[in-house]
Amino acid sequence: MSYISKPKFKHPLLKTNDLGLTRRDYEGSLTTLCGGCGHDSISAAIIQAAAEMSLEPHRVAKISGIGCSSKIPAYFLSKAHGFNSVHGRMPSVATGANIANKELYYVGISGDGDSASIGLGQFCHIVRRRINMLYIVANNGTYGLTKGQLSATADLGSKTKSGEESLYDAIDLATLAIELGASFVARSFSGDKKQLVPLLQAGLKHKGFAFIDIISPCVTFNNTDASTHGYKNTWDNYVALSAIDYVPMRKEISTSYAPGKVKEIKLHDGSAIHLHKTSDDYDPYDKENALHHINAYKKQGKIATGLLYINQTTSDLHEIQDTFDKPFNSLGNIELCPGNAALTNINDTFR
Amino acid sequence: MPKIIQTSKVSSITKINDFVVKFANVNGSGSASANTMFAKSIFRMGIPVSPHNIFPSNIQGLPTWYEVRISEAGYLGRREGVDLMVAMNEQTIKKDIEAVVPGGYVLYDSSKTLPNELVRDDVHYLPIPLKDICLREYDKPNQRQLFKNIVYVGALAAFLKIDFKILTDIVSDQFKGKERLILPNVHALELGHQYASDNFECPLNLQLKHSNKTAAKILIDGNTAIGLGCVYGGATVASWYPLTPSTSVVDAFSTYCHRLRIDPGTGKKKFSIVQAEDELSAIGIAIGAGWNGARAFTATSGPGISLMQEFLGLAYFSEVPVVLFNIQRVGPSTGMPTRTQQGDLLACAYASHGDTKHVLLFPSSPKECFDFAVDAFDIAERLQTPVIVMSDLELGMNEQICDPLQWNDKRKYDRGKVLSAEALESIQRYGRYLDTDGDGIPYRTYPGTHPEKGSYFTRGSSHDAYAAYTEDGNVYAEVMDRLALKMRTAVKYLPKPEITAQGKHQLGMLYIGSTQSAIQEVQDNLAKKGINLNTMRIRAFPFHEEVKQFIDQHELVFVIEQNRDAQLKSLLKIECNINEQQMCSILSYNGVLITPTHIEQAILQTMPKLARSNEVPA
Repeated sequence: MSYISKPKFKHPLLKTNDLGLTRRDYEGSLTTLCGGCGHDSISAAIIQAAAEMSLEPHRVAKISGIGCSSKIPAYFLSKAHGFNSVHGRMPSVATGANIANKELYYVGISGDGDSASIGLGQFCHIVRRRINMLYIVANNGTYGLTKGQLSATADLGSKTKSGEESLYDAIDLATLAIELGASFVARSFSGDKKQLVPLLQAGLKHKGFAFIDIISPCVTFNNTDASTHGYKNTWDNYVALSAIDYVPMRKEISTSYAPGKVKEIKLHDGSAIHLHKTSDDYDPYDKENALHHINAYKKQGKIATGLLYINQTTSDLHEIQDTFDKPFNSLGNIELCPGNAALTNINDTFR
Repeated sequence: MPKIIQTSKVSSITKINDFVVKFANVNGSGSASANTMFAKSIFRMGIPVSPHNIFPSNIQGLPTWYEVRISEAGYLGRREGVDLMVAMNEQTIKKDIEAVVPGGYVLYDSSKTLPNELVRDDVHYLPIPLKDICLREYDKPNQRQLFKNIVYVGALAAFLKIDFKILTDIVSDQFKGKERLILPNVHALELGHQYASDNFECPLNLQLKHSNKTAAKILIDGNTAIGLGCVYGGATVASWYPLTPSTSVVDAFSTYCHRLRIDPGTGKKKFSIVQAEDELSAIGIAIGAGWNGARAFTATSGPGISLMQEFLGLAYFSEVPVVLFNIQRVGPSTGMPTRTQQGDLLACAYASHGDTKHVLLFPSSPKECFDFAVDAFDIAERLQTPVIVMSDLELGMNEQICDPLQWNDKRKYDRGKVLSAEALESIQRYGRYLDTDGDGIPYRTYPGTHPEKGSYFTRGSSHDAYAAYTEDGNVYAEVMDRLALKMRTAVKYLPKPEITAQGKHQLGMLYIGSTQSAIQEVQDNLAKKGINLNTMRIRAFPFHEEVKQFIDQHELVFVIEQNRDAQLKSLLKIECNINEQQMCSILSYNGVLITPTHIEQAILQTMPKLARSNEVPA
């Protein structure tokens, strides 16, 4: 975890966003990850995404588990509260935080060990509970912080730097999330900021549980040619099922695709996603269809990326439970305590 | 027709408002509501009564008992020996009949002849053909089964002289909203009453007489009181995993939230209950909510405590308030899930790896369950740390007589040291873990408070006063020392021990929680034998100064607890630097509530030893 703060100097010509903030206002402390780590690109993508969409940094809560991935929250949005919890349990902490105050943006950062092994149970259940948040897995197929053991997302036959070969089938968190009812599921690559940034923006604005599986190579322990989570394999076998642009409210459409190929998806707050499909028979609204395409590519050794699946009709936990409009953490005696008169009546029922 | 079947050589015991009735049933047969009705009718007659469920970890078919102590003197502990046994379970009837004191009574279903080997010549039998009566009166199989229980309550009303009007009122209350069930139940009561009156000389020599001892009291179980306490204490988030005997805490919270926490204007809920996938998640959710400024709790028992250890360490070290209700049951492992114990003291006091310490509260009555539930939220937020309320199955799941629950409308929640946006404005540099007041308690902020100031990174890894990661051993040690100081400060906010020092006695009794039910009786009985004891009931951990003082003021203090390893005594030794010789353990760990007799005998057995060592008080 980083304990080196970055210099506060801002170049006077740095662009400002709608809030008058520059990219520097979205940064965190200096990274302590290995040089070239995919995770640092994720931090950079989040910083760019949040700055571009003029997110108020302090209205975000960053929550993580344990591992290299879970250090990421320290490296972006230092004006936001962060919570580096315990291994595999970020989902429960995020659930509680979200219940306490539904007005913040919640970004959960986890890794493949954190979410696919020790925390697989919690991962499944946060999907089921439909917490309104963006859940990111920085997926490198290895346990970096304990020096390179294989993780549960390592593909069968994939090899680490030490030559250890994965003998078991991999857990695909993206297809699992689709199966379990996540309403926004994407896969991307830390090396492809152009694809990743709009996905992060759309995921943040999506009302409901948004999941992005980000392949994020571990340069130190799992970046060999024999690793399916290394840069080479990812670049070679990387297929975009869709490409998206995130269009904030009141902004003109700036990109152009061939007519008929672009689908506009309105998000809850009035912003939109422009989705460009790369295949005619692929339908991101259809669960089975999306799973079929992902699995078909997987059979060929290809990695399907982009926005894989979206469903805007589901409710989040607060809607399911029909919770009060004001955040729970703003309620006090007056709203919460029924008073002694009510208690006197209750006493009478115990006589 | 003879009025009474006299089978006994021993004349029947004669007692008014002072006896024990025990019901031996098969679980899942619908006996619980009938037995509760019996106990409640005695309560409404103004007579102190304490029912105890001794039930299996099972849904249907295994033995279950309901033991009712009736005591005009107000002794609410368990008394050994049964004066009247309602023997409804063929699996256990032999032992059940053996448990009856000479001169006592056995009520049984005489639709089947009682085997000869079950006939004792020193007890009185009250045969009632329950099955035959119900076969005759009811058509449906489930009614024939259920009403057998109500019929025996009706018979008991005649035998013991229960006010019949009170019984029928209870039926009306119980079936409010399902009025069509009232008449058949009252009919069943009348059938039993009629049969007993026609065939036996009623009432028996065991009798109930109206009294005024319960007029201002209520009859409630501890878990319900905790659920209510959470509503009054401002809890908005409950996350839990079903686990006997803690389940009814969240059930009660849910019931009262649906009644009291629905916004009248919008119909929306000012609470959220999440049934988590396991106890790890349950406490994780509560910690996440606590971190974000909502009052949150979870309720569990031993196995859940084991699973929550890692998270408790995180909450201790990163200083997040959370309230945990531990309704203790018999361990280790699955143990006896439906029996009671005080076996988690050490597991909770120092839960999790590394140097940790947690605030524990020990309620001893349902009223205190309510009060401590409320207090727990204030204490957790004041200290920014977990607070574990240590109840047990006995206290949690059995109805007990206690003073009515009370709320002071002037009371405001103590949200602890939380900085608002305005307060942050005036601070040069905010440090989440800076001890600016010197009491070990730093200031916290809720996420989203201020655009520029007050954000910090919460972590279970070593951190400095500004919440930044550190591997500097001195900085780490400073944080650990401050946390130790915070625990010393904690005592100021915790309920003090309750001490009854009636004189300059040299003997003392020290205890916690449900053991309370036995103490008055022990004191009274031993006083009759010339042995006088002062008492101290500890209500919180870390201990107050008074705890050590009390022990030091006595020659010998009996430390009474319901576990094998004398965990409370261990805590006293560790925390108060008390000489082993000053304490004598009295332990009970058979899964049922410790009895006054057990305590008295243990103390009496110690007396000759004391006499030899010239330490016995004159």
